[in-house]
Amino acid sequence: MNAPTLPLDAVSTRAQDSAVHAIEFQDVQLAFEENQVLRGISFVLPFGETKALFGVAGSGKSTILKLALGLLKPDSGRILMLGSDVTQMREEDLFALRAKIGIVFQEGALFDSLTVRENVAYRLIEEHGFDDPEIERRVREALRFVELEQTVDKFPSELSGGMRRRVAIARAVITEPEVLLYDSPTGGLDPITSNTIIELIMKQRDVYKTSSLLVTHRLQDAFTMATHQFDAQTNQMRSLPRGQYCDVPMSFLVLRDGKVIFDGDVHQLAHTKDEYIREYIS
Amino acid sequence: MELTSPTEFAKQKVLAVQEYTRMTARSIGDLFRKPVYFADMIQQADLIGVGSLPIVVLTGFFTGAVLAVQSANTLQRFGSITLIGQLVSLSMVRELGPVLTGLMVAGRNASGMASELGSMVVTEQIDAMRALGTDPMKKLVVPRVVSTVFMLFFLTILSDFVGLAGGLFVSKILLNLDARQYWSNAWQALVFQDVFMGLVKPLLFGFIIATVGCYYGMTARGGTQGVGRATTQAVVAASVLIVVTDLFVTQFLMNVLSYK
Repeated sequence: MNAPTLPLDAVSTRAQDSAVHAIEFQDVQLAFEENQVLRGISFVLPFGETKALFGVAGSGKSTILKLALGLLKPDSGRILMLGSDVTQMREEDLFALRAKIGIVFQEGALFDSLTVRENVAYRLIEEHGFDDPEIERRVREALRFVELEQTVDKFPSELSGGMRRRVAIARAVITEPEVLLYDSPTGGLDPITSNTIIELIMKQRDVYKTSSLLVTHRLQDAFTMATHQFDAQTNQMRSLPRGQYCDVPMSFLVLRDGKVIFDGDVHQLAHTKDEYIREYIS
Repeated sequence: MELTSPTEFAKQKVLAVQEYTRMTARSIGDLFRKPVYFADMIQQADLIGVGSLPIVVLTGFFTGAVLAVQSANTLQRFGSITLIGQLVSLSMVRELGPVLTGLMVAGRNASGMASELGSMVVTEQIDAMRALGTDPMKKLVVPRVVSTVFMLFFLTILSDFVGLAGGLFVSKILLNLDARQYWSNAWQALVFQDVFMGLVKPLLFGFIIATVGCYYGMTARGGTQGVGRATTQAVVAASVLIVVTDLFVTQFLMNVLSYK
């Protein structure tokens, strides 16, 4: 793999007020007609940490990401994203906040009528503050980060599922967001491609210190992230000795019936007494 | 299939009208808010206007021609065959030009808009757009509304003209009438009110086509099947709305313009 080249200035200068978290959910409830999806969800994502969200299909994991981004409004409760209450903000005001957040949708959600270059550059083009050479440079950088520089002129339909997810990651990281939201980024992919994507997410966490919420069905992905660290020198992830797991800024959140039934680190998860969670992770 | 109670059905329809009204109001309001996606408007104008040229020209020409064929028989019985130009021009400019062009463009573009936007909704591209800081209303709906209104206006003028040419073709070739007399009759029959009515209608029809197409697209649910359903509903709703609106607008303009 090539060395990452995304600038780190934004990361080092990021304001990390201890009172403000990257994301904070306070007793959030949401129902779609008769179906109560979330029943009082509360959790905190500190700056620099990655939190993996688990739960069976339909437990509201993707909904949590959409709520965090203000794409959906909760019926009650508060959601603080980088200190701003997204539940009280108008759509027009949310656009400015969303500039600091990146999201990778379940199937990539690339614009199928645009090329990979246009997809990755979308936000920069919309912001109108960049000239063409600058956009080209940053698109190349982001695509190099996901090792897909050669696909720059292709359309999404010409890419494989794994490549589309990686382009979606490039699109999400091009503006160096403070928070990243991943919605099942490895869902439906083969183990090798999944591993590549997990490595990219880990690189984003360990090299750029980006806070992130990771929705996943694949326990092994989350455990890999909790037991490995990305080494910027070798540009590869490396396994950590058992005693150093706590050094990894990684936590787990398990949902059941619209409620949080577990929120803790890998140690606490491995030693939980909850039968449901034990069965889930076994 | 689950049956819906009449109350629930009525509620859904009222809600749909409310949502449609909100969307149309926002599309008008967003016209005056930045950013303005001018390049998208040009692209849509090309897709909607230039792309619809063949069907509009063909429909207009053959409608004018068949109008001449049908009316020739009746007019001949009263010895007024020379009035054929007058009949074709009034019918085309006041009624058939705007309505048929509207219906053709609705069939082609309301379906296109609903399917394109619907596919974007079900593949989360609309959510992605919002997440990337773009307002889909401004980026997708407003350019389509502006372009359709603008292009339908000119397509209708073209349709009127080729309709008259169709009438001329039949009059000259099949009925052996004098071309100059046909044009002179057709031209002199038209008054300001006729032209005004014929040019106001496409503005309204264009607005209906674009907003209905976008509404069904943006509210599409249920995967590819939902997109297919939205596409069909968009064409049906836009066509029916055009015909219904035509009656009320005609009556209204006749009163306002003091038609005799």
